[in-house]
Amino acid sequence: MANVATTTTAPRQIQAAPPAAHGLTGRAKAERKLGLLLCAPAVIVMLFVAGFPILYAFWLSLHRADLRFPQLDAWVGLDNYKSVLTSHTWWQDVGNTLIITVVSVSIELVLGMLIAQAMYRAIYARTWIRVAVLVPYGAVTVVAAFAWRLAFDPATGFVTHWLNLTTPPLTTRSGSFILIIMAEVWKTTPFIALLLLGGLALVPEDLYKAAKVDGATSLQRFFRITLPLIKPALMVAVLFRTLDAFRIYDVVYIMTNGANNTESVSLLGYRVLINRLNLGLGSAISVLIFFCVILIALIFTRFLGASPQRR
Amino acid sequence: MDQENTPTRKTLWIFAVIGVLIYALIPVIWIASLSLKTPESIGDGSFLPTHWTLHNYTTAFKTGFFTAALRNSIGIALITTVIALAFASMAAYAITRLDFPGKTAILAGALAVTMFPAISIVGGLYNVWRNIGLFDTWLGLILPYLSFSLPLSIYILSAFFREIPWDLEKAAQMDGATPLQAFWRVILPLAIPGVFTAGILTFIAAWNDFLFANVLTATNSARTAPVALSYFTGASQFQQPAGAIAAGAVIVTVPILIMVLIFQRRIVSGLTAGAVKG
Repeated sequence: MANVATTTTAPRQIQAAPPAAHGLTGRAKAERKLGLLLCAPAVIVMLFVAGFPILYAFWLSLHRADLRFPQLDAWVGLDNYKSVLTSHTWWQDVGNTLIITVVSVSIELVLGMLIAQAMYRAIYARTWIRVAVLVPYGAVTVVAAFAWRLAFDPATGFVTHWLNLTTPPLTTRSGSFILIIMAEVWKTTPFIALLLLGGLALVPEDLYKAAKVDGATSLQRFFRITLPLIKPALMVAVLFRTLDAFRIYDVVYIMTNGANNTESVSLLGYRVLINRLNLGLGSAISVLIFFCVILIALIFTRFLGASPQRR
Repeated sequence: MDQENTPTRKTLWIFAVIGVLIYALIPVIWIASLSLKTPESIGDGSFLPTHWTLHNYTTAFKTGFFTAALRNSIGIALITTVIALAFASMAAYAITRLDFPGKTAILAGALAVTMFPAISIVGGLYNVWRNIGLFDTWLGLILPYLSFSLPLSIYILSAFFREIPWDLEKAAQMDGATPLQAFWRVILPLAIPGVFTAGILTFIAAWNDFLFANVLTATNSARTAPVALSYFTGASQFQQPAGAIAAGAVIVTVPILIMVLIFQRRIVSGLTAGAVKG
């Protein structure tokens, strides 16, 4: 076995390679061809349905393109961007989105860490905890939003009765934000918890034992051992969740549809693109959201040391 | 400060477990309970129904538009899963096993796609789909779902494929198996767990989507269940059909619950192995 395992990693090496004339052997060439061929379908789909639409959105954003007035289509340069960036709505919605993102990801991180610890250390009912935690992860976002909305609606729910709330939460701005964040946190904390659980499993148990012998308290052990060692898993989880939360759409759409000044940037883009059919202006918003996401990813990978390719 | 199983520690963990269970399950139990309430008792402010009925479920199915949406959701999610697995397996095999240029570019590109905001793509697709006849069709939704699930599937499958002892393939061939037999009998059984994991996560992602389905469909011919749920709200003008929404929500959640129950171990390993957006 040993000598088989130490030969080259190329497959099908039983078939003899034809002698190389120059550069690549015939087999290496065939392997290249096969590799590219096997990747082609996936690459073509991603280029056609993700790569191309981004470029198309960029092109549209430089034009006046309103589906209600197609005869007025024209090149307008950066005018659409000027309109968006000087509008109050855009900055208001960026603010709303940032509030939702920062608050939900912070809560998710703390809650996710607690759940991960509970899952890691649990002596009883491990399987049941895992199943239970996966329920919010798998639940349809729209369903999660409805569950929370209907629970807090005085006409259908139980929460306002139990807590004796005089004003229904969804009629105020702060109440709407709290509900949006609660639904978002409920749905996505399991994702963070599971990634952190993966990180916790990599921490050697001996370190805890040694620290305990040296008299470290459990808080010290958490901050001096656990946290530094799971930092890579933690940063990846926070990066993906931040990018995801910044794109929030479903929850806000179901909960308030932007009422009480809770509109997110994705909802604004949707409204301009699809309700107002203004493809030019809507695409400018889309492209700006795209750049925001790139900026967030850059900040995380450059300054906070998150590296998504862990292997 | 002792990690042995002292009684206080035990009770602490029992409370932690109960806390996690309540956190995760209360909203689901609540929506199921709401779906079983009679229209008269829906505003009674109780958590569990005082008067039980299945009336809301018959309402949800009565109009036919929810039934159509459910059929679309199942068909679109299943087809997406099958195609994504085929394409992603091919790509992941090539990436882990073959030597060819552009490997890192493909992986980096796939990673970039997972970070794309759906809203940045959906406007362009809306316009193109209307012009080439893909608007309000199954394929019109399957394509964007594919492009967003392929990266995750490729990452998960590559992680799994890397662990397979590929030398077994050679060993089988030396024992006289044809390359196809060696793949079918030896490698495939080892690869199945990874393929299952990627498939489950792809299905859940396609089943969950709301933005693409809301923008790229207009009628019963392709509208999916989550979008249909959001249309229940406008169905009756003066009274929100909360009971019917709840019933629909339960129906949409049941397949996911079943998958989570059966495949919980696989889902966890997939999420931690891929470490890419789920």
